[in-house]
Amino acid sequence: MTNHWIDIRNSDCILIMGSNAAENHPISMKWVGKAMDKGATLISVDPRFTRTSSKADIYTALRSGTDIPFLGGMMNYILSNNKFHKEYAANYTNASFIVGSKFDFKDGLFSGYDPKAKKYDKSQWAFEKDGNGVPKRDLELKDPRCVFQLMKQHYSRYTPKTVSAITGTSEADLKKVWETYAETGAVDKTGTIMYAMGWTQHTVGVQNIRMMAMIQLMLGNMGRPGGGVNALRGESNVQGSTDHCLLFHIWPGYLGTPGASLVTLADYNAKNTPKTNDPLSANWWQNKPKYMASFLKAMFGEAATKENDFGYPWMPKIDDGKTYTWLDIFDDMYKGNFKGFFAWGQNPACSGANSNKTRQALAKLDWMVNVNIFDNETASFWKGPGMKPGEIKTEVFFLPCLTSVEKEGSITNSGRWMQWRYAAAKPPRGPKGDGDIMVELFEKVRTLYEGDGKFPEPIKNLRWDYVKDGKYDPHAIAKLINGYFEQDVTIKDKSFKKGTLVPSFAFLLDDGSTSSGNWLYCNSYTENGNMAARREKKDPTGMGLYPEWSWCWPVNRRIIYNRAAVDLNGKPWSPNKNILEYKDGKWIGDVPDGGWPPMSDQAKTKRPFIMKPDGVASVFGPGRVDGPFPEHYEPLECPVPKNLMSSQRINPVAPIYGTEADAHFSCDPRFPFVGTTYRVTEHWQTGILTRWQPWLLELQPQLFVEMSNELGKLKGINNGDMCKVSSARGEVEAVAIVTGRFKPFKVQGTTVHQVGLPWCFGWIYPKDGGDSANLLTPSTGDPNTRIPETKAFMVNVDKLGKRRA
Amino acid sequence: MALTRREFLKWSGTAGAAAAAMCLGFDLRPVKSYAAGLQILEAKETTTICPYCGVGCGLIVHTKTSGKLLNAEGDPDHPINEGALCAKGAALYQMTENKNRKRFPLYRAPESDEWEEIEWEDAIQKIAEKIKETRDATFTETNDKGQVVNRTTGIAHVGSAALDNEECWLLQGIMRALGLVYIEHQARI
Repeated sequence: MTNHWIDIRNSDCILIMGSNAAENHPISMKWVGKAMDKGATLISVDPRFTRTSSKADIYTALRSGTDIPFLGGMMNYILSNNKFHKEYAANYTNASFIVGSKFDFKDGLFSGYDPKAKKYDKSQWAFEKDGNGVPKRDLELKDPRCVFQLMKQHYSRYTPKTVSAITGTSEADLKKVWETYAETGAVDKTGTIMYAMGWTQHTVGVQNIRMMAMIQLMLGNMGRPGGGVNALRGESNVQGSTDHCLLFHIWPGYLGTPGASLVTLADYNAKNTPKTNDPLSANWWQNKPKYMASFLKAMFGEAATKENDFGYPWMPKIDDGKTYTWLDIFDDMYKGNFKGFFAWGQNPACSGANSNKTRQALAKLDWMVNVNIFDNETASFWKGPGMKPGEIKTEVFFLPCLTSVEKEGSITNSGRWMQWRYAAAKPPRGPKGDGDIMVELFEKVRTLYEGDGKFPEPIKNLRWDYVKDGKYDPHAIAKLINGYFEQDVTIKDKSFKKGTLVPSFAFLLDDGSTSSGNWLYCNSYTENGNMAARREKKDPTGMGLYPEWSWCWPVNRRIIYNRAAVDLNGKPWSPNKNILEYKDGKWIGDVPDGGWPPMSDQAKTKRPFIMKPDGVASVFGPGRVDGPFPEHYEPLECPVPKNLMSSQRINPVAPIYGTEADAHFSCDPRFPFVGTTYRVTEHWQTGILTRWQPWLLELQPQLFVEMSNELGKLKGINNGDMCKVSSARGEVEAVAIVTGRFKPFKVQGTTVHQVGLPWCFGWIYPKDGGDSANLLTPSTGDPNTRIPETKAFMVNVDKLGKRRA
Repeated sequence: MALTRREFLKWSGTAGAAAAAMCLGFDLRPVKSYAAGLQILEAKETTTICPYCGVGCGLIVHTKTSGKLLNAEGDPDHPINEGALCAKGAALYQMTENKNRKRFPLYRAPESDEWEEIEWEDAIQKIAEKIKETRDATFTETNDKGQVVNRTTGIAHVGSAALDNEECWLLQGIMRALGLVYIEHQARI
């Protein structure tokens, strides 16, 4: 979230789309409700009428996988009716930038497409630059080659009629949503978006979100209270685990993983440190070399020296341009390319797309380690449905771990608040804390490397002074994540002693004199103490920032990009929503996104979007692999023979995997209905922590499939009947819920039915509770992130008989 | 009159409880006599944050002096949830006090159709040996182009967004020191 949960109350209009917040983030609705009490409008857009929809002022449905046309039509409405915030768009976004002459768009393809490689040459989308190398602008937004005009032209194709024919939403409903949300383009109004996996799990996932981010920028809603782009995180620490980069492509603090071509740290810094010639751009990432050196010092401690590039050569490198994502892991594993595998606090046999492929893949391993609280479908895959244990060679280790109230440490919520937890309950005999398991395992491996072994340097040199007597200490690691002065240093007239904690990332250095496990968390655990443990409930702005309750990255800034919350003179765009104001030569309120004066002081100011090399937000996004403007493509599996927007039916750069387990069909009479997946309040993710709990299991005991009354009639299925739901990749048995919550869609003149299933069940427990809905989903995904497309696919539904007693 | 829960308890728990109760405008005595019979009366209170979704609701956990978990409920002082919880959060104690929890490490041998319990020490030793054996057998110093990569592609890792920040950082450090590049978790799906 660019903003945070409590800030939702400051909104004038809340769009919940790609999320069912009332079901999956129930407490968020407290703040939606408070906004509504003050007159805000709630809009719910979802293929199914959900618990969220039941609270909404406006509800409408769309067919899964058609969010870009829905929002592209909204952009068309905003631009053609002058509903946008012009001063904001011109000054704080790249809407004014002139795009180079090589950029073009024809029939669903942007310029630079190589059909053989299924790849774009993104250099064709570059901006035109002036003699100083700064992008040319037209602040009047009139130049026919400026982003604004190109965008206007691009989305003029998304007319109400065309959009309605794609999404299945009535033109009247589309207009109602567009008009209502576009009102937040008024200078003093703000609107917010709450989205979740309903937007990310598509072959156009990133562009779904970009489309909305562009709308937020054109309406002037970014950086402002009651605005922002707010991803509702589904796991208690998925924000933190992402920040600390348990991901192939980034190191802690979003430092890109080096490709093999970057031999030295200097090569890395030269390639990855963005540059600007614009004197008004802060270009904050110019500090990347400091964060890299400090990270490597946290990794290797005293062994990391200037002479050995701070241990950079010890870190594993990836091949340039190759992806090593979740989908790639299970594709490679299915092909027998891995020997060992860790599933630590995760149940991939149910959680990823195409579970049959995943389960078959696990059978091809030599060994696997699973760490969890309860037995699960991954640990016990070898005795699952259709498995023959006698033929499966995989050795499996299951390590039981502690629950969150039996150990100490911090987690970071969706609003970037890092909150400390304590060991409250005494652990039972047997299970161990995850941190202790990590420590014991690594110490044992290190002992083994005291003898022979390949490339032992990173193992021997991994910093370990935060472990005392073989015991995991969350405070010691939290301090290292914050970072230390590794020697006596004087910076900006301030002197710091070796061994003291760095007060904030502004003091990190690139010469090895500082360490910081993650620069974004520098300032979280300082000489003033553990900031995440704070519980002081002051609210000086009255806007719900609570700056002394826990801690928030970066540097306790509660709303990021907040210098866009003020006009060029530093006054809040909405006087009644003041989180930040420039007064008497200083900023009052939230921690400003840089302390420079506002834009009217052209001699000293910096533009507000300091993480972008141009200092402004990207309405035009030339960095994405599938185009600088979001464009509609159908899901890999879809119910329509053609894409009404162009002759490219699917995203031309979407990854498609080719094993026999990856079958996929569109417009196939065997799989005539759109399928989607979702969750229920009572279970969490694959259900592995909740299915074993009696209260929650009683509330939601088994798999169901929801369908419309019309589809029930068509297939002779009554409420409560047992059904088989099948796709090209697998099938599940589920109880039918025949309901008015789903309605058939009118798409391209024909009737399209959609069904939905929760993915929180699995064969291991309870007996006869049904299996994972991910047995149905395809292993394709977004070309930028490779997040799987589990929200739109094709299925069939057949009646099996009456529900079992 | 604005009172935090803690101030409220301090007020109502003093010798002048009745007077305080009058100040507050209602009579706390029946509530106090009922509370005296509850097993959380002598329990220790510890704050925590819900382990499920990303809202980050606060809870208060009650434990006996033995350390046994008695109860978990919404923290009224927490500014996000103000004491409210969803069904999962409200049932939190059942994740910990649960007879279905696995207590000891389990091992499944190749081609076996059953789990066997093993000692922690054996499990750690065996896994460490597997790691070393696989790493040494699959370690790649240079790729097809002859570029230095210093990695192993014989081992993959997934997980976890359910770990604490400190554990996440330690885990990425260990896996990268071992040379893994296939490191992923929930954020990718």
